[in-house]
Amino acid sequence: MARDIKAHITGTVWKIEVEVGEEVEEDDDFVILESMKMEMPISAEEDCVVTEILVNEGDAVEEGQVLLRIEDA
Amino acid sequence: MFSKVLIANRGEIAARIIETCKKLGIASVAVYSEADAGAPHTELADEAYLVGPAHVTQSYLNMEKILELAKESGCDAIHPGYGLLSENAEFIEAVEAAGITFVGPSSKSVTLMGDKAQAREFAQRAGVPVVPGSEGEIDGEDAAVEFAENFGYPVLVKAAAGGGGIGMKVATKEKKLRKAVAECMRRGESSFGNPAIYLERYVENPRHIEVQVLADKHGNAVHLFERECSVQRRHQKVIEEAPSPFVEKNDGLRQRMTDAALALVRESGYVNAGTVEFIVDADANFYFIEMNTRLQVEHPVTEMITGVDLVELQLRVAAGEALPISQDDLAINGHSVECRIYAENPEKMFMPAPGEIGAYSEPEGEGVRIDSGVKANWKVTPFYDPMVSKVTTHGKDRAEATSRMLGALDDYTIEGLTTNLEMHKLVLNSTEFTEADFHTSWLEGWMKNS
Repeated sequence: MARDIKAHITGTVWKIEVEVGEEVEEDDDFVILESMKMEMPISAEEDCVVTEILVNEGDAVEEGQVLLRIEDA
Repeated sequence: MFSKVLIANRGEIAARIIETCKKLGIASVAVYSEADAGAPHTELADEAYLVGPAHVTQSYLNMEKILELAKESGCDAIHPGYGLLSENAEFIEAVEAAGITFVGPSSKSVTLMGDKAQAREFAQRAGVPVVPGSEGEIDGEDAAVEFAENFGYPVLVKAAAGGGGIGMKVATKEKKLRKAVAECMRRGESSFGNPAIYLERYVENPRHIEVQVLADKHGNAVHLFERECSVQRRHQKVIEEAPSPFVEKNDGLRQRMTDAALALVRESGYVNAGTVEFIVDADANFYFIEMNTRLQVEHPVTEMITGVDLVELQLRVAAGEALPISQDDLAINGHSVECRIYAENPEKMFMPAPGEIGAYSEPEGEGVRIDSGVKANWKVTPFYDPMVSKVTTHGKDRAEATSRMLGALDDYTIEGLTTNLEMHKLVLNSTEFTEADFHTSWLEGWMKNS
């Protein structure tokens, strides 16, 4: 099943830790957002595959914005 | 004295420094990023110049541009505030090489105290107690594990170039230690350009108590008593007060702590304002953790109980004047409390909450002081620290200072922005705060359970 991974906070994309097609394990980080001098990783809640990445490192993102799409591993 | 000072900072601290410049008849120059156009500090200053895009590396950390603006506008000194370039030895050297005075200590002092592992060794030699831990830096994960196995868990992993708790992690076993070391090294590299780390024994539930010091170029040094900053989240201070209720209760502790702080100042030839930070255990043993070679965020509580304007004395000392006060002139008058107002959500693990302020009005009244860098219809962006302002109150004793704080917080309107304002009220009314029965991990645990 395909799902969207959204930003839970307004900030900037500090690091993208995955690539399209990559299999990601539970608890691995997709991206690390930075807001107000704090790093906040967005991690996988279960094993999955990254199908699309919609942001670049350095991009400003709003809370709720879709960062990437995944589907079941 | 200087004729014109550039303030290489933003927000409340830039505004606060400009206030003292005005009082002393010194012209002030503000710098601002694109995200800070129209900010209160730019309106207060006599002149204000755009320094670059929002991100700090392109604006408030852009040394060449800031120096160029200082030269072009004819400044004879630069005040760095706190954070940003305030503890950057390379910047200090560039400022002095340009024939401009840096309002702060020498680059030598900043280098010594900036390397936390080196500062720790220096403190030990000066006879100041430190938390037992590694001798100097630890070289990577394997070395950390080897050290911890001999030394015993839990250990605290700290960034050598760090400060402000950045990168700091507690590890209770090997797996966690490896993760903590990797994270701390990465954080040290990204925040300070230096991945070096060191390990310390994890002192459980300590208090954080620090001593304000001030020294001039003529060999005079004084302390301005202590501040207690034990109410913290993520190793960052939330509420500070002076004097420390714990120090007040423990005979001789103030003397021992201030003696240790001044020993460090004398031994290192330190000049200007600085803060010697200690952690203190339940048995009143204190250990040096670091020295901050700059003005501290929470300096207002010290100003409230001593009547001293620390920024004024920083400027006078930097201009070569002798300290106009001696230790005997200084006394503690009453009690002062400071609440840091952060744009964050205490109920969601203190998650940052950038946003836009609508209506805004600050409290006033006897014994109430506000240091703020925001105004009505102002955007609090994700690019900078979440602190929007500081509310500081003073009273004849702790109870009066606290009750004035509760009144001030009630009168403080910040519409449209998620802040920790309501949390402060709950904390101030708690039994633990009232009895000053807290430690540096208390707030996070208390929030979870309440």
